[in-house]
Amino acid sequence: MLIDLTLCVGCNVCQGACKEENQLPPGEEKYLSLTAYTALSKYNDLYIRRMCQHCDVPTCVSVCPVAALSKADAGPVAYDGEKCIGCRYCLQACPYHVPKYEWSSTKPRIQKCKFCAPRLAKGLQPACAEACPTGATIFGERDELLLEAARRVSAEPTKYVPRIYGKDDVGGTSMLYLSPVPFEQLGFDARLGKIPMPMLTMSALSKVPNVLSVGGVMLGGIWWITNRRTEVAAFEASEQKGETPRPEDKP
Amino acid sequence: MKIRLLPRITRWHPIATTLILAGTLAAIARFTYGLGATTNLSDEFPWGLWIGFDFLGIGLAASGFTIVAAVHLFHAKEYEPIVRPAILTAFIGYMLVVLVLILDLGRPDHFWHPLVMWNPHSVMCEISWCLMLYTSVLSLEFAPIVLERFNILWPIKWIHAISLPLMIFGVLLSTLHQSSFGSLYLIVPNRLHALWYTPLLPVLFFISCLASGISMILLESLVFSRGGRDLLPTRLRANLAKVIAVILALYFVVRVENLLARGAWHELTTVTYFSLAFYAEMLIGFVIPFGLLVVERVRNSRRGLYAATLMVVVGFALNRMNTAITGLESYPAQTYFPSLIEIFIMLGITALGFSAFSFVVKHLPIFEPVVATPRVRQVAVTARPEPVFLTRHGGDLESS
Repeated sequence: MLIDLTLCVGCNVCQGACKEENQLPPGEEKYLSLTAYTALSKYNDLYIRRMCQHCDVPTCVSVCPVAALSKADAGPVAYDGEKCIGCRYCLQACPYHVPKYEWSSTKPRIQKCKFCAPRLAKGLQPACAEACPTGATIFGERDELLLEAARRVSAEPTKYVPRIYGKDDVGGTSMLYLSPVPFEQLGFDARLGKIPMPMLTMSALSKVPNVLSVGGVMLGGIWWITNRRTEVAAFEASEQKGETPRPEDKP
Repeated sequence: MKIRLLPRITRWHPIATTLILAGTLAAIARFTYGLGATTNLSDEFPWGLWIGFDFLGIGLAASGFTIVAAVHLFHAKEYEPIVRPAILTAFIGYMLVVLVLILDLGRPDHFWHPLVMWNPHSVMCEISWCLMLYTSVLSLEFAPIVLERFNILWPIKWIHAISLPLMIFGVLLSTLHQSSFGSLYLIVPNRLHALWYTPLLPVLFFISCLASGISMILLESLVFSRGGRDLLPTRLRANLAKVIAVILALYFVVRVENLLARGAWHELTTVTYFSLAFYAEMLIGFVIPFGLLVVERVRNSRRGLYAATLMVVVGFALNRMNTAITGLESYPAQTYFPSLIEIFIMLGITALGFSAFSFVVKHLPIFEPVVATPRVRQVAVTARPEPVFLTRHGGDLESS
């Protein structure tokens, strides 16, 4: 989806449609919560819509120990509450602080934007994109949306900052943003780079097979050498005492 | 320095019973009302005191693999008397951590899922596998002590037959998950404070666990030798202390070099909550004990060693708690303080661990001279050596 902040008027229809689609209790909410999978926050005169970014290389998917989170080819990052063990690593790791946890439940799950996966399967748009009256949110293929975003920026360079947020931030996201002001002023974390976050842990995890194989051989070798040394020392000691004369010495 | 010589906690039994009872009640509350009502965890702060406790428990149980490696793989046989205490410490430590992890999980009924649902990209998945496997290895290493007590000797033979690959596997698993606890935080460069976040986290976690594990076992050997004989002669204790000093120095150099290289030392020039926490852990856990342990008189004195190793353990605890809690309070800016129920569960489990330790020590030969155990790998004194070896060494002996 492409979200053009210059077109958003803050009518909150997207949140209403989202709540209806996901059967959440109605009522305007300013922040993401268990009952708001998308929310508008206001920065000066601008409204910015938050939701799951549905990253191309999702951090949450990479950290989940039981693969309860998965990235579909069509875009959505889906969650399976039946697999989830409740370790909450996804809450800790998500660079956008998206997943929300059912803390008050004794069988808690996480809640977040589902990218209206059932609607996409039926060939429909996500509820928020369909509801948006001004075209601030449009839905389409990611490649086409990137072209459209680039066209808008080059057509009116004074209106936009020359950046499509989500094009390659944290490895690229399904949500793309255009803004008239730098994204750092809109509460976006400026410290997130272009490298997908899972690469950070993969650099450590990829060494696991090496540690196992090299370490195993090395420890085995050290055991063999030190064991041999003990044996030799014991043999020499016994020889010096003359307790066990070498068999070859006997005529 | 006015440290009372090895203070003994009096009235341990009533204290432990109270703590365990309070912890049990807190755990019942946690299961009845859920995490939200009983903890101060939130969407912004999903991991708290219990994760810090896990780091602590695992780190202090590191003696289980360091001492086993030293004695059985590197053949430093003179340290044999502390192998059993080390294995027991590790075994209890890991059991406690597994207990806390199950309490901490949102869905404790799903705790077995990592066994069948894998995600090789997840550090958490690797850790849960290492924990399960290493706890099994520890059980096998610990089993002979129990079996011996009940005079069931036949399984011991089997365990001894596979002991070498088992020990190597155990050491490797420990290396992996001790460092992986640091890797957990590699993925939150934007959240963890710069004084703690570094790509070297796994390396630093591994180095520091070596020091804390050995300190813990030295501490135990000092505490439990009050009854009569020393578990380790002064010379060997001093040697271990020297090893700790070297590890502390290594850690300090790597950590400080890394801070300088990444420019994070700027954070230290101002007095903040974070810089104070950093100074506290570095001074208490690394600098001061290093300063103490390089002095030979301290290494040879029980009181000095007691103080130094206690500082290493406390500083280590600060380091882990800072990584798990303090460092994460920077972004989004917030404060977290554990709820009473979180604290009671942690204290209860700690008390359970100490009680289990003293119970086992009372009933199993842990701190006693090694009784004659069936050994598969006897050092073959009269074995026929290979001819090459014989001539060479025989010659050397004759010429000398």
